[in-house]
Amino acid sequence: MKNLLPLIGVLAAAFLAREASGADLSNWEKIEAAARGQTVYFNAWGGAQNINDYIAWAGSVVKERHGVTVVHVKLDDTANAVAKVVAEKAAGKAQGGSIDLIWINGENFAAMKDQGLLLTPGWATRLPSWQYADHENKPALTVDFTVPVEGLESPWGMAKMVFFHDTARGLSMPGSFAELVEWTRANPGRFTYPAPPDFMGSSFLKQALAESVADPAVLLKPVVEADFETVTRKLFERLDAMHPNLWRAGRTFPRNKEALRQLLADNEIDIAFAFSPAEASNAIANGELPETVRSFVFRNGTLGNAHFVAIPYNATAREGALVLANFLLSPEAQLRKQDPKVWGDPTVLSMEKLPPQDRASFAALDLGVATLKPEELGPTLDEPHASWMTRIEAEWARRYGVAN
Amino acid sequence: MRWGERLLAAAPAATAGVLVLPVIFGLGATLLPALGYLPALGGDAFSLQPFRELLAEPGLLRSCLVSLAAGLVTTALALAVVAGFVAGWSHTRHFRVLQHLLSPLLSVPHAAAAFGLAFLLAPSGWLMRLASPELTGLTRPPDWLIIHDPLGLTMMAGLFVKELPFLFLVTLAAMPQVNARAYSAVSASLGYGATAGFLHAVWPRIHPQIRLAVFAVIAYSSSTVDVAIILGPTAPEPLAPRLVRWMNDPDLAMRFKASAGALLQLGVTLAALAIWIAGERAIGAYMRRLRVGGCRLRRDFAARWFFAAMVVLASGAVFAGLFLLGLWSFAGSWNFPDAFPRDLTLRGWERQLPMLERPLAITLVTGLCATAIALVLTLACLEREARTGSAGGSRAQMLLYLPLLVPQASFVFGLQLLFLAAGIDASFGALLLAHLAFVLPYVFLSLSDPWRAFDTRYVRAAQSMGAGSAKVFMQVRLPMLLRPVLAAAAVGFAVSVGLYLPTLLIGAGRWPTLTTEAVALSSGGDRRIIGVYAFVQLLLPVLGFFAATMIPAFIHRGRRDMRASA
Repeated sequence: MKNLLPLIGVLAAAFLAREASGADLSNWEKIEAAARGQTVYFNAWGGAQNINDYIAWAGSVVKERHGVTVVHVKLDDTANAVAKVVAEKAAGKAQGGSIDLIWINGENFAAMKDQGLLLTPGWATRLPSWQYADHENKPALTVDFTVPVEGLESPWGMAKMVFFHDTARGLSMPGSFAELVEWTRANPGRFTYPAPPDFMGSSFLKQALAESVADPAVLLKPVVEADFETVTRKLFERLDAMHPNLWRAGRTFPRNKEALRQLLADNEIDIAFAFSPAEASNAIANGELPETVRSFVFRNGTLGNAHFVAIPYNATAREGALVLANFLLSPEAQLRKQDPKVWGDPTVLSMEKLPPQDRASFAALDLGVATLKPEELGPTLDEPHASWMTRIEAEWARRYGVAN
Repeated sequence: MRWGERLLAAAPAATAGVLVLPVIFGLGATLLPALGYLPALGGDAFSLQPFRELLAEPGLLRSCLVSLAAGLVTTALALAVVAGFVAGWSHTRHFRVLQHLLSPLLSVPHAAAAFGLAFLLAPSGWLMRLASPELTGLTRPPDWLIIHDPLGLTMMAGLFVKELPFLFLVTLAAMPQVNARAYSAVSASLGYGATAGFLHAVWPRIHPQIRLAVFAVIAYSSSTVDVAIILGPTAPEPLAPRLVRWMNDPDLAMRFKASAGALLQLGVTLAALAIWIAGERAIGAYMRRLRVGGCRLRRDFAARWFFAAMVVLASGAVFAGLFLLGLWSFAGSWNFPDAFPRDLTLRGWERQLPMLERPLAITLVTGLCATAIALVLTLACLEREARTGSAGGSRAQMLLYLPLLVPQASFVFGLQLLFLAAGIDASFGALLLAHLAFVLPYVFLSLSDPWRAFDTRYVRAAQSMGAGSAKVFMQVRLPMLLRPVLAAAAVGFAVSVGLYLPTLLIGAGRWPTLTTEAVALSSGGDRRIIGVYAFVQLLLPVLGFFAATMIPAFIHRGRRDMRASA
């Protein structure tokens, strides 16, 4: 008989799940009650131990407080999880899907939204923790790579492109993409970037593109095929000039930012970059980079965006996923996430909206020796419309995908 | 024993089902989208558009050629070294030592071996660190293109060091069946050198027995994903990693092109097999001429040592790589050109161990269950075949080939759809079935030839003494074939432990194994964490393999002719 109780709970939850999409969001207690006993399969990139540790911690908290079990499904590529939902939709599995929550942004979000693979209607802005979110000052929370979020994903953290180098090598660093091209001429073989369509590699190209167009506003609109060549001419002129001076003469590229960081640690290159301001401090703390490494940004700004969690349209544990998403957005979880000893990922919350006690805790964080302070991070460049990335990646593959 | 009879009667159908159904669904789920038909993604009409898009991909021909070359070069080299090494050394005392050096490598997962090789050979790798700055004068690594070289030579080396022990073990398992010792003695008395005598008299008998395994190696090498990602060319990549990338692209329209690419991959693999079979004929004819001409190769000193050196070099490289993985897992700060880490720390292990528990248990249970089922099915099929005398002919052989010729990527996607439609995706049963589909061919492949080559005079002798079929199986066939049976089980277990794509897609990430966890972490590039996972990932198949070697050696310790080197 004892074994039947959880079963009944699951059945009840499954029954409630049918009408979870939206209607119950006004009654948060009801959602928490329905979530109790559910297991949330959280599909998130599993390539960094500190992040995995953080997710494990968040799971243990919601387990203790809300009786929600969190299983971190570690992905090496978020596209695998998107593919999974696609396959489920193809098989007509509109309920009982295998993914409850997914760590996502940009291209993957655009694809899922476009294909109707996300839980509707928008739920993120109705989470209790949303009241602290800094959506007024952080436009990236409401527009994800130019695609309106519409509450279909809940913000989790901010990202901004930063470069880092080992100061012990005594090199001067470039202050813009144009200067970087010159820098590689003076230091041949000492710079490279991950090959697109890797996220970091594509981001580097976007940064280069944003610095190489006359009118940045054109990037916020979808690509107009007739203008593509004119708009990108300068970008590819610069890349053409830079490539012979890259690491391995541009005949091969590292796979991702971690491989890039390893090359810096191995002294194969002199500049690495990442999308997290705390990256260098974390790597130093883990013994992966020397203590003399410091961060820097380009004078006229670097790319910035937000990353999110989303619920697939056929998620099994919808309430559990809502509870977890709400906790991930809470001041407590955001504070821990920004702690460089844990993860170092910048918060999406507004300091002004927080209760004074939480605000003080954020102010007390030691961001780490190689982390730039918020005011040193410089201006933020907008993410171009997703169609630009697709076209640039294709053009990159055409020009450089087949080396000699 | 009525249930036994029933099991035997059902086994061929069950085996055929496990082998064929996933392939049919896999191919179907590949073919339709390749021809533009997949209504869920908006493909309502048949068209050749996916192939047009595929052919417009830059560098496609080169991707195909690299894949083709990897399949042929790797296999030819590995087979030549195995034949040469066994020929020149199987009659010596040293063989056992070298055998123990080479055989454990079978169980090393491809990815772990490839990472080890990369840590060793990279310009910032260990060899360069050992020599720097004293010998090279370098304080920073040279800008050399070794890993990811455009011709894929490093990738082929990575495949070679893994396929060598596989072919070696299959050869070793086949040897007691062909009475190698007697043939070698006769050829030696006729004045043939050890190598020539073996190649003339023994190899032609071994080769048909290991031919399926050779084909499997060609198919695998020409469509590998993990080794290609770690060591292979990047501009462009070989075909298989490219089409897996398209398959996973968030732009769902890429699925059509990926499916067309999967068919192309099938074509590349088939082309490699066709070229190989043609080459086999030519070499066979050449060997016959040598044989008839009485080429004795009396002084085969150089050849023998060359093959021994290749074996030592290949196994040495893998062992050094594994040592490096282990060392990195304990490394604190370790910068170029230091030959050793400045400090050692347990932090990596302390952080990983609690995470390892669940994947370890899942890997173990999945591997053992899949291997056990595969072994029972295989043995039942073979025993039925022995009793009824019908081997199912060449058609049954083709069924067995099928799963090994279809590139994993398309095959797995089809399986995923199959399980989804059946509503059993992400369940342990589905995972087990998926593993079984990959484990069974390898087990059957490893076991069927030695089993069929069993000298039936033993059976007749037992029957003439009044033993029934069951008794002959339990007391004659099984004990005498214990070595190939356990070798096949070890191979099956290692295959299960190393499976990545099927585990990830069918298990929907809910059944993480050591391999899926390791690959997920390996995309993070931190050598310390790769080291920890590769080490634990190694442990299971090594244990399996250890058992496969030691149990027969122990049971047959008093029987000279049952030894592998007989």
